[in-house]
Amino acid sequence: MHIAEGVCSGPVLVAGLSLAAAGVAYGIKRMDSDSVPKVGVLSSAFFVASLIHVPIGPVSTHLVLNGLMGLLLGWAAFPAIMVALVLQAVLFQYGGLTTLGVNTVNMAVPAVICFFLFGALARGEGVNKAALAGFACGFVSLTLSLIGVATALLLTQKAFLTPVKIVLISHIPIMVIEGIITAFALMFLKKVKPEIMEIDS
Amino acid sequence: MDHEQIQGPEGLLHALDARIKLVCVALISAVVALLSSVSALMIALFFSLVLIIGARLPLRVLVVRILAFNLFIAFLWLFLPWTLPGKEVYRIGIFSMSAEGVHFMTGITLRSNALVLMLMAWMATTPIVATTRALKALHVPDKLMYLFFFTYRYIQEISNEYTRLVTAMRIRCFRPRTDLHTYRSYAYLVGMLLVNSFERSLRIRYAMLCRGFQGHFPRLASENISRLDVVSLIVVCLVLVGIIYVEG
Repeated sequence: MHIAEGVCSGPVLVAGLSLAAAGVAYGIKRMDSDSVPKVGVLSSAFFVASLIHVPIGPVSTHLVLNGLMGLLLGWAAFPAIMVALVLQAVLFQYGGLTTLGVNTVNMAVPAVICFFLFGALARGEGVNKAALAGFACGFVSLTLSLIGVATALLLTQKAFLTPVKIVLISHIPIMVIEGIITAFALMFLKKVKPEIMEIDS
Repeated sequence: MDHEQIQGPEGLLHALDARIKLVCVALISAVVALLSSVSALMIALFFSLVLIIGARLPLRVLVVRILAFNLFIAFLWLFLPWTLPGKEVYRIGIFSMSAEGVHFMTGITLRSNALVLMLMAWMATTPIVATTRALKALHVPDKLMYLFFFTYRYIQEISNEYTRLVTAMRIRCFRPRTDLHTYRSYAYLVGMLLVNSFERSLRIRYAMLCRGFQGHFPRLASENISRLDVVSLIVVCLVLVGIIYVEG
């Protein structure tokens, strides 16, 4: 899901950085300092969960879970995702500092959109509705993130079209899996710990 | 999973102040990301190589990481030289390789490697806690800095919890396959990680309240900027001016 360092053009990087800065600033403003430990520890949980490799036929894929992050954290997903991306860059060299803005926008904007689209449904009565909200959330957030990646690459250079198409098509099964896993995870949370869905930011 | 930082023996880069290093990293990143001429990028890559040698990373770790982040670049090399229109330099059947495509991809490869090597040199010589303090000194908002600190601090704890849960699954003969049972089990694993983290974060908050946390950590030591730090900052600026001059 990361765009590597050195690929995007200057204007794309600057646009990404400005959008990310605005989103992070707003997310931080909405988050009161009491909820910093909660957002931080959940952000580390998502960091660890993104290292889980799920088999899909002969290959495997790792989870992204930005949709679920959006559902649980709301606007706070913006700073939480940026922090997780900084740590992935410094600990594993996935992505990096100059692409931090673009990558944050690609992951966090879908997260916040999912919060507004499916947040109410996920918090409503009934496990079936939560399952539906979860699937939609996982599927839509990953799709939007990939569209974001595609947009950033195509704005840099139109010739990226072929690799972008290959990445998009190969991710369709992964979108479905992300949906299934988000659905089950949300059902689990509804049964075991419904308080986790309460947002105080 | 071990997220401890890779650190070799102490060197010059280890001795520099974390704030100065942060400023240098930001300056170098901003300049290198915008370069496009091959000669300027070569100098930038050479400078990064000097830094990475100064960081004294274990060679094996270094090679594995360099290969890993070049995989994506290699994937792009498969397409871009052939799909970017331009003057033909090479032809296989109906596919023609353009000079513009090769030039564009050379730029990406050099830029990407220069940036990532510099990042590795920085991280291998600076403890994350020092970087967190440097962020505070550079007026990053408190809440963002604490969020960074908490996330980093608890990754290790939660990854231990993850290992414990995975062991529990293995003891019960869980084998990942491509089926709904596997996906449901992984989803519950994610759910359990989140529930445990949520409860842990409540305990942390109460513990902090008990100890009179008022929204900021006390500073134990004040670090001074040494002459070495100032000289390093000047050297970095001179190198960058040189690179920009070559870029033209």
